[in-house]
Amino acid sequence: MKVNLKVWRQKNSNTAGKLVEYQLDSISPEMSFLEMFDVLNGELTKKGEEIIAFDHDCREGICGSCSMYINGRAHGPQTGATTCQLHMRSFNDGDTIVVEPWRSRAFPVIKDLMVDRSAFDRVIQAGGYVSVNTGSARDANETPIPRNIADEAMDAAQCIACGACVAACKNASAMLYVAAKVSHLAVLPQGQAESVARAERMVAQMDAEGFGACSFTGACSVECPKSISLDHIARLNREYLGAKLTSTNVQG
Amino acid sequence: MKLESKIPEGPLAEKWSRHKFGLKLVNPSNKRKYDIIVVGTGLAGASAAASLAELGYNVKAFTFHDSPRRAHSIAAQGGINAAKNYQNDGDSIFRLFYDTIKGGDYRAREGNVYRLAEVSVNIIDQCVAQGVPFAREYGGLLANRSFGGAQVSRTFYARGQTGQQLLLGAYSALSRQVTTGKVKLITRTEMLDVVVEGGKARGIVTRNLITGKIESHSAHAVLICTGGYGNVFYLSTNAMNSNVTAAWRAHKRGALFANPCYTQIHPTCIPVKGDYQSKLTLMSESLRNDGRVWVPKTKEDAEKIRKGQLKATDLSEDQRDYFLERRYPSFGNLVPRDVASRNAKYVCDEGRGVASTGLAVYLDFADAIKRDGKKTIEAKYGNLFEMYEKIIDENPYETPMMIYPAVHYTMGGLWVDYNLMTTIPGLYALGEANFSDHGANRLGASALMQGLADGYFVIPYTVGDYLATIGPADKVSVENPTFKEAEQNVISMTERFLTIKGTETVDSFHKRLGHIMWEYCGMSRNAEGLKKAKAMIQDLRKEFWSNVRVMGEGDEMNQSLEHAGRVADFIELGELMVDDALARNESCGGHFREEFQTEEGEALRDDANFTYVAAWQYQGDNKPELLNKESLEFENVKLTQRSYK
Amino acid sequence: MAWVTQTLSSSLGRKVIMSLTGLFLSSFLIIHMAGNLQLFKGDNGRAFNEYTYFMTHNPLIITISYLLYTSILAHALMAYVLTRHNQASRPVKYAYSRPEANSPWPSRNMGILGTVLLLFIVIHMRTFWYEMHFGSVPMAEYDGQQYKDLYAVVKEAFSQWWYVLLYVISMAAVGFHMAHGFQSGFQSLGIRHTKYTPMIEFVGRYFFALIIPVAFAAMPIYVFLQVHGII
Repeated sequence: MKVNLKVWRQKNSNTAGKLVEYQLDSISPEMSFLEMFDVLNGELTKKGEEIIAFDHDCREGICGSCSMYINGRAHGPQTGATTCQLHMRSFNDGDTIVVEPWRSRAFPVIKDLMVDRSAFDRVIQAGGYVSVNTGSARDANETPIPRNIADEAMDAAQCIACGACVAACKNASAMLYVAAKVSHLAVLPQGQAESVARAERMVAQMDAEGFGACSFTGACSVECPKSISLDHIARLNREYLGAKLTSTNVQG
Repeated sequence: MKLESKIPEGPLAEKWSRHKFGLKLVNPSNKRKYDIIVVGTGLAGASAAASLAELGYNVKAFTFHDSPRRAHSIAAQGGINAAKNYQNDGDSIFRLFYDTIKGGDYRAREGNVYRLAEVSVNIIDQCVAQGVPFAREYGGLLANRSFGGAQVSRTFYARGQTGQQLLLGAYSALSRQVTTGKVKLITRTEMLDVVVEGGKARGIVTRNLITGKIESHSAHAVLICTGGYGNVFYLSTNAMNSNVTAAWRAHKRGALFANPCYTQIHPTCIPVKGDYQSKLTLMSESLRNDGRVWVPKTKEDAEKIRKGQLKATDLSEDQRDYFLERRYPSFGNLVPRDVASRNAKYVCDEGRGVASTGLAVYLDFADAIKRDGKKTIEAKYGNLFEMYEKIIDENPYETPMMIYPAVHYTMGGLWVDYNLMTTIPGLYALGEANFSDHGANRLGASALMQGLADGYFVIPYTVGDYLATIGPADKVSVENPTFKEAEQNVISMTERFLTIKGTETVDSFHKRLGHIMWEYCGMSRNAEGLKKAKAMIQDLRKEFWSNVRVMGEGDEMNQSLEHAGRVADFIELGELMVDDALARNESCGGHFREEFQTEEGEALRDDANFTYVAAWQYQGDNKPELLNKESLEFENVKLTQRSYK
Repeated sequence: MAWVTQTLSSSLGRKVIMSLTGLFLSSFLIIHMAGNLQLFKGDNGRAFNEYTYFMTHNPLIITISYLLYTSILAHALMAYVLTRHNQASRPVKYAYSRPEANSPWPSRNMGILGTVLLLFIVIHMRTFWYEMHFGSVPMAEYDGQQYKDLYAVVKEAFSQWWYVLLYVISMAAVGFHMAHGFQSGFQSLGIRHTKYTPMIEFVGRYFFALIIPVAFAAMPIYVFLQVHGII
């Protein structure tokens, strides 16, 4: 099949970018979207042009590296899947496909379709952990955790930090990402000791990174490859308000 | 070179405790005087960096990813073994040790494996305390599942995403240390050389992948936690960027590389579809519990299926060959990974493979659905069937799945002693990057266990012994000429890539290497093929260095340049793998030499002559490597021949 | 008190202000609608005027009305601040985006809907509230007591078709605004539960987004039809 691509090309974070058109004539519908990019990059190399930079790694939907805004949607037209799980059979012969990087103030473009998502790491560093030094844990079965609670924690914990939630949100809000981590630890007994400080700090860091506020449009959850529920956002709100009202931290 | 494994004396069960007592300690207030570099932030790297920082060392953690959480540990599906015996089914540390040694076809060290089994229980405790949401029973206690190679239920899991959850646990511990300031996290930075001065590892040289800047980092010890080298085969279940570069460059600086030919081929992967394919996806081994593996009995029927003239469901029972059930009546479809893989290859080699490529066999659930109902099968494998359908666009409830073996894990790696130190003092290797615990074959759910054992519970003890021995003053500044020379080497290699300006892409060379490796050094090997492969790899190497085309510049984000460096190393490693496979005149675990098989076609070990670790020593560019042997002593287990008939 | 300002200026805190003021305004809609139902009484405005008198003289109501004005201002002002902040969060827009594929229209356009409503409120208050407090409203006498005849003002205003149309359009905006706003307000406060959220959504969707705006829109239409002798 033939496809016309309009791909965002940008040399680096300091230069302006633009959409550049490419045409591919012999694409197999069985190819994955990223394999189609491999083919394109091979052709570019042969023509003596620089390849299109994009983040990718596991190519099975779990590492969270791939991050393309395809035809107006984060990770393309499929739901519950990452860009690497998208196949060319989702498109028609002769389609024009627009590919852009995630757009957010907190995710500056590094090159072409590659963005800097280190803001996500800094949010976790602000409190997305249980403070337990290696070796100091007690027996794993000493604290029973009801199955439904463990399942709920897992639902939240399976976030892959791809950033599709931010990319899809009209406000470039990171609420679903932050909520997933706060929620994962908030429902588990292990997370209780630090739950107040965690909610306060992670939200403060989220704001400092320049993400927008949540309008509850639900776009994040629809585009999330792991379909993480909006329930977690509500829980984050609850945790945060509770933390603010009860913590002894008067400085804010 | 004399290889000292430093396995402690004494009864098996006391070795590790005695050894820990014998290790020198660094006084808490002195720990801050030591710098440690950790390369790679997967399970082994992240757990090591976090644990060492908790102790008070200054840690610099490097990853070429944008975040530590992207490491390929994240993709492990099945689970993690631990000898908790929560199921009351007769598990024990000794049994886990025994299963692992046996599963590895008696080519691993008893001492190492026992320690692994011993600390496995602490890993689960640690991970649960971090908030890893392992699967649970209704009563709230931890659930277990069973896995290949074991008769007890000892595998802990978090749905099909155990690796992800364990990595996120280690990542959270690491993140916490970044906040305390004890870990300096350096992302999108690739290690390109180890600096050795005065016989000790002194630091590393890196390239900033965004700016292209070459930098040196000095430390008292360097930990290589960079995973395995399965991508030498081009197509594997490894992530696209997984590579051998860090380990290989360390090897070229003097670290011995052990058992490079031990490769694990996983039988249930989604088959290759076309030449454009970049990556293979694993389907959980558990599918073989209910699926029946078959191919058409005749070449003619297979041919028709390949051409699309016939469908799998058109063939009647007597036109099908359930070859695993036929050859292994007692284990049937549940034979170990290597046996299942090899047999799939044989039937495809006979021309009875299916799919348009002829490189696939069926995994049929029709009988299971008839027997248990679609609902039951859906409950067990629903997510896997969905994943399959997403990729192949066929409904496995209606048509049989197609599977084919794929490279999954590499048991070989940098040679390390009991302390995880390589043959370069101060340089350590952890996780899949080392060779130590799995012998010639790794059991399912043991990779996660080993990565975390090394990082959480072994290295924090053993690195202290070395640091206490050398003292805080024994460190070399990045201004030292050795660093400058290493930097210069890296810079000139980069320049060389950019000036070749040939006609063939890096990817194309990688693919060609992969074809050679898969064909001659894959599931089954023979001397003739290996010799041929060696010559082909040498030619490929020459061609690569004269005809590769890398566009762009060195001082910018350049993925093609990154790939070029990795492929250059893979080509050299590929040759060593072939040498190793050729030198090991026996079959064991993941290494199957056609000349050495039983009458029934099973792997035939030669314990009298090959009960050793092959540790290869780099001798210089284009010189044959030197084979060093570390002989393996077995005092607690009896070496037996595996049989699955 | 640093924590108070810090909390209220965080993205979550701002949403809490939006939520609290918004839900308070929602509750006002019920009272306002219930009171205005007097218009349908067909008693030439007596009940309506008596109700108006009560609303402008009861000290508790007067206090609440100031809270109401503050809420409207706070809601609008905070919406402006948030919108600016949200827009700044994506300085480079997508060349091609299809948000309709993942979210309902009202949820993405609360700002536009809110702006329409703010304009409406200004016009609405100029016409009635301002006249009532500062204009010259004719008087009516019931049982020997004098009342301002706001009903007369209502009749006059709603005798013009374009004014009725303005109201109908604005009530449509109320409907869409409430369709998202009511349930979203609860989320911002962290109130979400498998059992109760569907109830909240039901009330939001049918009561606040449908019944209330329809009832409000019926008033000018009813008065218009009545004035023009159609019914």
